[in-house]
Amino acid sequence: MDDDAEIIAEFLVESHENLDQLDRDLVELEQQPGSRDLLSSIFRTIHTIKGTSGFLAFGRLEELTHVGETLLSRLRDGEQEMTLEVTEALLRMVDTVRGLLDAIERTASDTDPSVDVAPVVEVIERLLAGEPAAPPATTDVETAATLQGTDGGGVDPTSSPDGLSAPPSVPPATVDEEVWDGVERRTPAADPAETFDGAERRTVVDSSVRVDVDLLDNLVQLVGELVLTRNQILQRTEAGTDAELGRASQRLDLVASELQESVMKTRMQPIGQVWSKMPRVVRDLAHQLGREVELVMEGHETELDRSLLEALKGPLTHLVRNALDHGIEPPDVRTAAGKPAKGTLVLRAFHESGQVVVEIRDDGKGIDPARIGAAAIDRGVVTREQLARMDAREVLGLIFRPGFSTAAEVSNISGRGVGMDVVRTNIERIGGSVDVQSEVGRGTTCRVRIPLTLAIIPALVVGEGGERYAIPQANLVELVRLEGEDLARDVERLAGAPVLRLRGRLLPLVHLAETLGGGEPATDALTVVVLQSDDIRFGLCVGEVHDTQEIVVKPIGRQLKGLAMYAGATIMGDGRVALILDVAGVAQTRGISATDADAADTRGDADPDATALLVLEVAGGRRAALPLEAVARLEEFPVSRIERSGTAEVVQYRDGILPLVRLAPAIGLTETDASDEQVHVVVHDVGGRDGGGSVGIVIDRVLDVVETTLVRSDSGRRHGVTGSAVVQDRVTDLVDLPAVVALAGAGAR
Amino acid sequence: MNAPTTVATSVAPSTEQYCTFWVDGLFFGVAVDEVQEVIRHQPMTPVPRAHEAVHGLINLRGQIVTAVDLRVRLDLQERPADRPPMNVIVRCAGEVVSLLVDDIGDVIDTSDRGGAAPVPPNLPGALRDVVREVRPLADAILLVLDVDRALDLTIHDTDTTGGTP
Repeated sequence: MDDDAEIIAEFLVESHENLDQLDRDLVELEQQPGSRDLLSSIFRTIHTIKGTSGFLAFGRLEELTHVGETLLSRLRDGEQEMTLEVTEALLRMVDTVRGLLDAIERTASDTDPSVDVAPVVEVIERLLAGEPAAPPATTDVETAATLQGTDGGGVDPTSSPDGLSAPPSVPPATVDEEVWDGVERRTPAADPAETFDGAERRTVVDSSVRVDVDLLDNLVQLVGELVLTRNQILQRTEAGTDAELGRASQRLDLVASELQESVMKTRMQPIGQVWSKMPRVVRDLAHQLGREVELVMEGHETELDRSLLEALKGPLTHLVRNALDHGIEPPDVRTAAGKPAKGTLVLRAFHESGQVVVEIRDDGKGIDPARIGAAAIDRGVVTREQLARMDAREVLGLIFRPGFSTAAEVSNISGRGVGMDVVRTNIERIGGSVDVQSEVGRGTTCRVRIPLTLAIIPALVVGEGGERYAIPQANLVELVRLEGEDLARDVERLAGAPVLRLRGRLLPLVHLAETLGGGEPATDALTVVVLQSDDIRFGLCVGEVHDTQEIVVKPIGRQLKGLAMYAGATIMGDGRVALILDVAGVAQTRGISATDADAADTRGDADPDATALLVLEVAGGRRAALPLEAVARLEEFPVSRIERSGTAEVVQYRDGILPLVRLAPAIGLTETDASDEQVHVVVHDVGGRDGGGSVGIVIDRVLDVVETTLVRSDSGRRHGVTGSAVVQDRVTDLVDLPAVVALAGAGAR
Repeated sequence: MNAPTTVATSVAPSTEQYCTFWVDGLFFGVAVDEVQEVIRHQPMTPVPRAHEAVHGLINLRGQIVTAVDLRVRLDLQERPADRPPMNVIVRCAGEVVSLLVDDIGDVIDTSDRGGAAPVPPNLPGALRDVVREVRPLADAILLVLDVDRALDLTIHDTDTTGGTP
């Protein structure tokens, strides 16, 4: 219902604007009757309202605009002459539309009995029938007169044209009075509730401004530049001793971050905008293809950048079509297979690790790898030898190859062999990815991942060979540092290929230096950046790790377009250019592909109940656990860096102030003596992308990261602790993160 | 990649003014309206695995510009290390690209200095590919560079031609 409300609100804003234009157009039309342009414009407006009202199931509004549209189309095509009566009927229709819109705004439905559409419809229908009978004519004239007194004057002061003021000489007939009364009552009714009505109207119409998209894009560009300049200034002032300048740059930092966030928000739109068209698409297709389909949509409110949304429209529609055409079977086939006759198509959108994931899932016949393989050979997409070497996942991936289509028969919906590869190309163009999973007889799931925004992303900056490279944070899983014994024990070579034993799994390692064309460096320590792109997970060994920062993604020239390993470039704080690594591209360049273990891991299909936990030690030996997904970073600070702000402990961290909460007292335990020179801190992002709302939770040390199925017990439940569970054979407190974070109080904004 | 030729032909007759520069002793010219500006040597970020002619990326007031070394592109002698190149920033197919050259010459007007001659067929192939025409002047022979062709690098990156997962 909330989603509907949003759509309706948009519809209202748009329609009110359209109606204002319509009023002007209609009045102008009187000056130059028969202007084809004006008539077309009016026709379009009414047509739009009609379309949307039909979609939103505003039956009366649709009925009204439908006859209006018919009249307009005949006027436009010159089949009907523009007369005074016609103009007035149109104006009256516009007024009634306005009345209905007001009613919709008040009651969210167009069934308000105080707005009567029947008389207007009747008048227009009579005009259409070509019988300008006297009684309706008087109705119209009288309408126009009243209209001027009430609404007309308010719309446009210049809009009391002589053409309209002349006719009121006709005495209003009683019958008509009554007919008109229905509409007019709306105004007096609104008057006593003026304040209410006015306020309501402001929330929808006056509180939003339409802005040219180019202007927004320009703003984003400028903010990008500002962020870069801020980075430069911060870098300079960090080294300096001028306290005043330091404060000013801190403030600049804050303002720039907030500005950036706000500007980005202006471009964010809910995905529901694209989805709003889907019910219709699905209905029509299902009808056309003889399928029975129930469409389920989840996550309307998931927001993403406008430009991405635009780019997503086509591919999504295509995937939905595919699901209906190739996925969901006709009802009789389904029934024979023991499935409900009605297929289900689920569209789901959600945020996941800085990306937006859109799933299109059907419970149709699934994709048979054998058929895909055979078709791929038939069409010369792969050779028999190549196919033999592929696993099931790779075979499914063939449907994204150019020139591939398995539809036994080319329909006009899909199956022309230009589908999936175009879908993938379009999604990759906006930095996203798409993959498909399928189970024969059970259904198919297409998963589209797209970045939240194109312009500014958080990234980890690493160094190699004296140059810096940025890795999008969205791909970052963790950082592992291996030295001495650990290095010897955990890194092994399988036929020359280095792999890392990481928590019981083998992680393929790739040396950045080698990837960049150099040799594998010989070192006694290894810094591994564990990366994930779709189902591919690997470790990238880098020379050094600098820090994470917000970078502005800039395109690189076409001379470099062929290089899959770069996603773009950015400008660092010192003004130098750094390349942004494309994680999928690096994997591809190095010949690393997904393994089933990776796939299972990303999806959590293996054990859907398993939770990843960060297990830590507090209060001298007590164990506590936090959900791993709540952990943004792990940091260590020298005790000397802890400062006080009011009663709270804080540290300066990443160009900002990080409030600290000591976990032990927060969960009712006694703090151990802080004899260590370092404090271990778990950084938790409360909200917001830019770390503005981070809190540092001070712990004794991190014990492990475990993935386990929690059996929660209420024992030990107290403030700051939701309960306990046995983790790794030890009783472990489960930290109530919100309660602990709340202790950071005002420090965490 | 196809559009540029039309740009080039429409530019050529409209101007006789050339921004000139030297590369390994050769005297080149680019139509002035294709040139955005000329700047000194800039700090350069190398792009590993790119075409060898791509010398790196520079930051031109917040815009990332690819620098193409004309000596490498034209198969000429390598530039001595003690001679930092100059950047001739050109606009090409909607992008801004830097041409790395040895020295900058004047902007010259050739309208009253005789017409264009065809490219001598005995020029090395790499040069013949990118020189649109030659203009014999009194003291030098101006090679008019076809910027679009000069910047059309066919990337030999064998690693990316394989199938995608």
